[in-house]
Amino acid sequence: MAKRQLRVGKEWMYADDAEKLLREAIRVQREESRTHAHSTHDLPFIRKYVFSTDHKWIGIQYGFTALCFLLFGFFLMLLMRLQLGWPNQAFGIMKVLGEVRAPGGIMLPEAYNQLGAMHGTIMVFLAIVPLAVGAFGNYLVPLQIGAPDMAFPKLNMASYWCYAPGGILMLSSFWAPGGAPSSGWTSYPPLSVIAPTGQTMWILGMIFLITSSLLGSVNFLVTIIQLRAKGMTWMRLPFFVWAQFVTSFLLLLAFPPLEAAAVMQLMDRVAGTSFFLPSGLVVSGQVLGNAGGGNPLLWQHLFWFLAHPEVYVLILPAMGIVAEVIANNTRKPLWGYRSMVYAAVFLGFMSFVVWAHHMFMTGMGTVISAFFQTTTMIISIPSVVILTAMFLSLWGASIRFTVPMLFALAFLPMFGIGGLTGLPLGLAAADIHLHDTYYVIGHFHYVVAPGTIFAMFAGIYYWFPKITGKRMNERLGKIHFWGSLIFINGIFGPMFYQGLAGVSRRLYDGGIQYAHAKHAAMATNPFMSISAWCLFAFQLPFIINFFYSIFFGKRADENEWQATTLEWAATTSPPLGHGNFDVIPVVRRGPYEYSVPGAAADFIPQHAPDEHDTTTPAGGGIITPHAAVAKQEG
Amino acid sequence: MTETIAPPETHETHDAHHDDHDSPERIKREMRVYIYVLCALAVLTGVTVGVCYGFQLPIHYAVMVALAIAGLKGFLVAGFFMHLLSERKLVYGILLLTVVFFAVLLWGPAHDIADKFHY
Amino acid sequence: MMADAHAAAAAHGHGHAELEIPYNVHPRPDTGLYNGKLGIWLFLASEVMLFGALFSSLILIRTSAHHWPRGWEELHVIPATINTFVLILSSVFVVLAWANLRLRNERMGRLFILATLLCGLAFMVIKFYEYNLSLSHHHYPSTSNFFAIYFTMTGLHGLHVLGGMVVFTYFLGPGWKMLHTERERFVNRIEIVGLYWHFVDLVWIFLFPTIYLL
Repeated sequence: MAKRQLRVGKEWMYADDAEKLLREAIRVQREESRTHAHSTHDLPFIRKYVFSTDHKWIGIQYGFTALCFLLFGFFLMLLMRLQLGWPNQAFGIMKVLGEVRAPGGIMLPEAYNQLGAMHGTIMVFLAIVPLAVGAFGNYLVPLQIGAPDMAFPKLNMASYWCYAPGGILMLSSFWAPGGAPSSGWTSYPPLSVIAPTGQTMWILGMIFLITSSLLGSVNFLVTIIQLRAKGMTWMRLPFFVWAQFVTSFLLLLAFPPLEAAAVMQLMDRVAGTSFFLPSGLVVSGQVLGNAGGGNPLLWQHLFWFLAHPEVYVLILPAMGIVAEVIANNTRKPLWGYRSMVYAAVFLGFMSFVVWAHHMFMTGMGTVISAFFQTTTMIISIPSVVILTAMFLSLWGASIRFTVPMLFALAFLPMFGIGGLTGLPLGLAAADIHLHDTYYVIGHFHYVVAPGTIFAMFAGIYYWFPKITGKRMNERLGKIHFWGSLIFINGIFGPMFYQGLAGVSRRLYDGGIQYAHAKHAAMATNPFMSISAWCLFAFQLPFIINFFYSIFFGKRADENEWQATTLEWAATTSPPLGHGNFDVIPVVRRGPYEYSVPGAAADFIPQHAPDEHDTTTPAGGGIITPHAAVAKQEG
Repeated sequence: MTETIAPPETHETHDAHHDDHDSPERIKREMRVYIYVLCALAVLTGVTVGVCYGFQLPIHYAVMVALAIAGLKGFLVAGFFMHLLSERKLVYGILLLTVVFFAVLLWGPAHDIADKFHY
Repeated sequence: MMADAHAAAAAHGHGHAELEIPYNVHPRPDTGLYNGKLGIWLFLASEVMLFGALFSSLILIRTSAHHWPRGWEELHVIPATINTFVLILSSVFVVLAWANLRLRNERMGRLFILATLLCGLAFMVIKFYEYNLSLSHHHYPSTSNFFAIYFTMTGLHGLHVLGGMVVFTYFLGPGWKMLHTERERFVNRIEIVGLYWHFVDLVWIFLFPTIYLL
């Protein structure tokens, strides 16, 4: 067989030689940048690791902090589940709550309320959003669009350093007189206005978090609009970047009304105003001496104006991660990429006009209620479009069942359950029965826990080799996955049953005094609580795997999963604080060119030169050995 | 796959654009416009205070007059001082989106509460 | 060939010593905007929603109130009117500063920024006087929802004025030296802070009639 020839630069040479040459060039390039990193990188420790302006390190900071909060929020829930499963029994572990909250190891109702409010707040605002947007978004968006960093690195740093104190402030409310906030994560007045000091700390913490997300979202939007590499057109953006783009718009425009509401609640609490307090409110048998004339529903409107888009802030980045993982592991382009993008944009837009479906029970007029029911039904369409496209992407693929793919695959039905059970809640007639029952808890936890959190795990397993340069252990990963999948359903599945039976979500004793729900609640509660603790046990393999792999994991390949997107064009575990690419890549094709007919390798990176284009090596893109192989065959 | 790559940026293009915006004659013309706008804003402020406070218009008329004048003043500030009249499409797009959500935010809560007062 | 690759790699390696963000100063051709300008417009969009929520609350609480005073019955229109003029004037000053800096008229540019800052200061002093008048009549935020809204909205607006003043002070002080090192970037910064300042003026243009005159 005659040796193939191809042109490199201006010369013709044998393909084998060309490949060798390219490998050598890349090796040299990498070595150069590595030695360079050591020689010029003399940033002091504090600038490099504490007040870093590098998006990758900020992403890691966000990720680590958010994972700690995630674990903490989970721990609060574990304590609550003990109380729900075996009401009013003493448990040794309750002692961590202190004698005030759990005398003799039995949790008091006030403590249960505090844990509930803090579990919600921590999970939504301090764990999932910072993990989905702050960590994954920060680390990956600039890499995936071929940017050297975020548009405003200092604002990026400020964003993290608003988030961290905000979180600490929230946590420290446990030590405030009267304990942590106990008015639910929704902080509905008038309860929240007359609550003890912890609620003020909640508001102040919230203002920090809102500032953080404002800085972050402006940064993301400018980065995505302005810093896309040459050739990275809008329809060549990986779906993950689109998801982050829409998410940032939601954060930008939906959070300020909550900030305004928080300021008003702060005024109500501190300056004695009555924005949310009606006239003649009776508290503990006494008429409150405030001016009155306010309206508690005003808070609900402003809160849900944020909090509904917030739901999509939780789910969109998750969908982005799942899309990336699915495309990579099916070795096929995403089915209906464009429809998915349009659906995501439409989803973002619609999420601003559905908020009042959380308020059907406030005695809403028929016209406005019909409006919000209609928009709520409409918004389910784009979610279904995205989910369907991802299901169809699996069709006919020879799937790689890697750990990230397992989590991504589990996301699909789990999010499906979460989404579909939401439909009855969006219709006022059904909502009247289901409102404030465990059905609601089941619904949104299916969206967020086996939905979003599984997607987060998929993302962690998938990009771990990129971030650390190490591989995670597959076997531990699979144990983690199967255990989590089984037991998470054990917790949330029975909630639908309980909810349909009418069990209220606010019962601290699990429904022991609730005669007609006795079978629904008391029979299933211990099972759910055991599932929760088992779920916890199955997170241990992950935690062990995570730290073990960082220190002792096997070295990962440059492009560990043979992926097409640009983050894999940067060096493995790119040096911190140093820009991202040796050469800013030029993008030549869409994000998911897997299994292109006729191509040698089953993937063509976005920046790999065109096969017919023989002059490209000088064109500025990085050439990977794989691309060279693809080229050689073409 | 076959999408066109954005045209390569050349320094000539934005230099040309800059010259156009930065020519001293143009800037001086703008500065004159700023002074006219200042005068218009001052007069409008006088009118709105005079009409609403001086004549103590009934509330319904006062709302219409005051908001109309405020809208006009807002247009002058945004259009000339913030040069929105000659801004890029992208900025228009962002503001349009914001205005839509702003309108929804004004309408939703107010309509809901008004509804409740009816029943 | 091999040597070429080596040399190229080395050259690129050196490029990283100072990380440069694209379109930090010059506009990106397809959007026509530099990063900071896009950033400030996005920020202002979020500010629209912040004040929008407060205006929404004002409408909601006012339309459902049994009694609501006309602004001029309870507040002091004269100092507020003066404040309106002061803010408009400061808005003109800041665009004139920007125009002068573009004309390379440094002295005038600096003077106009100083004038803007002084206008901001005057606004705050008059505001303080006005608050004092209200408080001395025993009108507190807790007195009624009218005063609650008055203090909250003008207070939040005042914080925005204060924020702008901090930025102007920075530009007059340590920030000024950028004019000589990176002129264009500095001029852009003045444009950006100008946009913010106009927005603060814009809010006041709506706040003034809705609170004081209606």
